[in-house]
Amino acid sequence: MSVQALSKDEFDPASVVTSDPVVRVETISKHYGTVEALRSIDLQFERGKLTTLLGPSGCGKTTLLKIIAGLVPATSGQIVVNGRAVTGPGPERAFVFQDFALMPWATVLRNVGFGLELKGLAAAERNRIARRYIEEVGLQGFEDKYPHELSGGMRQRVGIARAFAVNADVLLLDEPFSAVDEQNRRKFQEDLLRLVEMERKTFIFVTHSIEEAVYVSDRIVLLSPRPGRVSNIIDPRIDRTADPDDIRRDPGYLDVVEEIWQSLRHYAE
Amino acid sequence: MSVMSQDAKVVAPAATTGQALRLFAERRRSFWVVLSLLVLFTAWEIAGRVPISFAFPTFLDTLAAFFEMVGDGSMIRAFFLTLQPLVLGVAVSALLGIALGIVMGLSDRMEWLLAPVFIVLQAAPMAALVPLVTFVYGIGLVAKTLAVIMLALPVIVLNSYKAVRHVNPSLVDMCRSFQGNRRQQIFKIIIPDASPVLFAGLRLGVAAGFIGVMLAELLITPTGIGDLITYHRSVANYAHMYAAVAAIIAASTLTLAALQWFETNVMRPEKRRS
Repeated sequence: MSVQALSKDEFDPASVVTSDPVVRVETISKHYGTVEALRSIDLQFERGKLTTLLGPSGCGKTTLLKIIAGLVPATSGQIVVNGRAVTGPGPERAFVFQDFALMPWATVLRNVGFGLELKGLAAAERNRIARRYIEEVGLQGFEDKYPHELSGGMRQRVGIARAFAVNADVLLLDEPFSAVDEQNRRKFQEDLLRLVEMERKTFIFVTHSIEEAVYVSDRIVLLSPRPGRVSNIIDPRIDRTADPDDIRRDPGYLDVVEEIWQSLRHYAE
Repeated sequence: MSVMSQDAKVVAPAATTGQALRLFAERRRSFWVVLSLLVLFTAWEIAGRVPISFAFPTFLDTLAAFFEMVGDGSMIRAFFLTLQPLVLGVAVSALLGIALGIVMGLSDRMEWLLAPVFIVLQAAPMAALVPLVTFVYGIGLVAKTLAVIMLALPVIVLNSYKAVRHVNPSLVDMCRSFQGNRRQQIFKIIIPDASPVLFAGLRLGVAAGFIGVMLAELLITPTGIGDLITYHRSVANYAHMYAAVAAIIAASTLTLAALQWFETNVMRPEKRRS
């Protein structure tokens, strides 16, 4: 378990090797009026990997994710997905929302199949696909429940199944576990790793939890606040075949957590 | 809920009638609704027997007058006349009001253009404007329908507009992120998410429509229920007059209840289970 990280003064994001970028963020800046939220962000996201955007609140990590999703327009710069510049949402990206964004009037089955419903798929076909992903996230038996009948953790499983169901190349997850309690969070992180393994998709994950980032990520992008800039990129290189509880006790894992904490601590008030 | 009613079935046969009644009272809302009406009608009956005024009939006299008027057909004829401007006016107000409200909710420019008009109309004492309508449209169905629309439309428009403005923005983002087009966004997300407030506006609009039609029938020309009230008052048939008033109140209440039922059963099925 080795850790590759560069110290802050010699760090240059362009020098970080990415062999097959599925998403390229090219000099993205974002201003809200006179407030500068993001300053010329350059990033590449490798296909099939889980990359985390990590930083203190106000670093613009969710804004950057929403710009990649095409939900928020950038002030300057461009997003390139699969070699094509994109300006809005597209079928190659699917979003998982922090507040789940489930339709309260629709059953789990309809919520999961909603992306397919919007594409005009026939009910039988989209229900068949939805059932498969409901099972994959461990919600079989809950197809006919409404969101208010589920716990926070189960609701986010619905959100994740919905994103999987449209079969996008890239999954964008905006603090998906922040509304989930601590016990379920850990289970969730383990399930996420299993799904990453199974689905072979690219994940871009936003969190403010250092432990969560180190535990799930292939690569961590550290953002610094006001304005948001890339301050460091860390590849934790953790052996994920090990038992989850052993990973959390591993010195290599704890070293990365400590290193990230040291580089972020001066932003904490 | 289903589990509870199951074990109620198990318990009920062994329990006494008193216990069964108590169980029923604890679990059923209808018991309390009936009780509430019973208290109201008893108070009415007592007040009529005192009597608080020689022009205040008892509940039972009123009920008898009601059945007499149903029997001789005058109540049915009156409702037939009253319902014409009412149904027409409420239908126009509902369709136009929800459409205008949604347009105003979706576009800032339409809001700036239309909201002041409806805010002024909602604040205006409409009863004062009803006589003006007769100058322009006479005393026929058009004038009465207009009176209904004048009262029902502003509240429906303003509520629909507020409903759309309060739609969960995260759901709209969700629809966009899955490439929903504008039409899908409106019909699959905005209208269903807005429907509770939309229906609240519709209920207020229907209630206002009933006020409108009664104003029209009392102020423009006496027809329908308004005529029954005016006529029986003039001949001092107070039980009949109260029966006509109570009938229109009951009609209004039942319409609102039906609207509520439609909302929870058709528009928002999740509200049946909670």
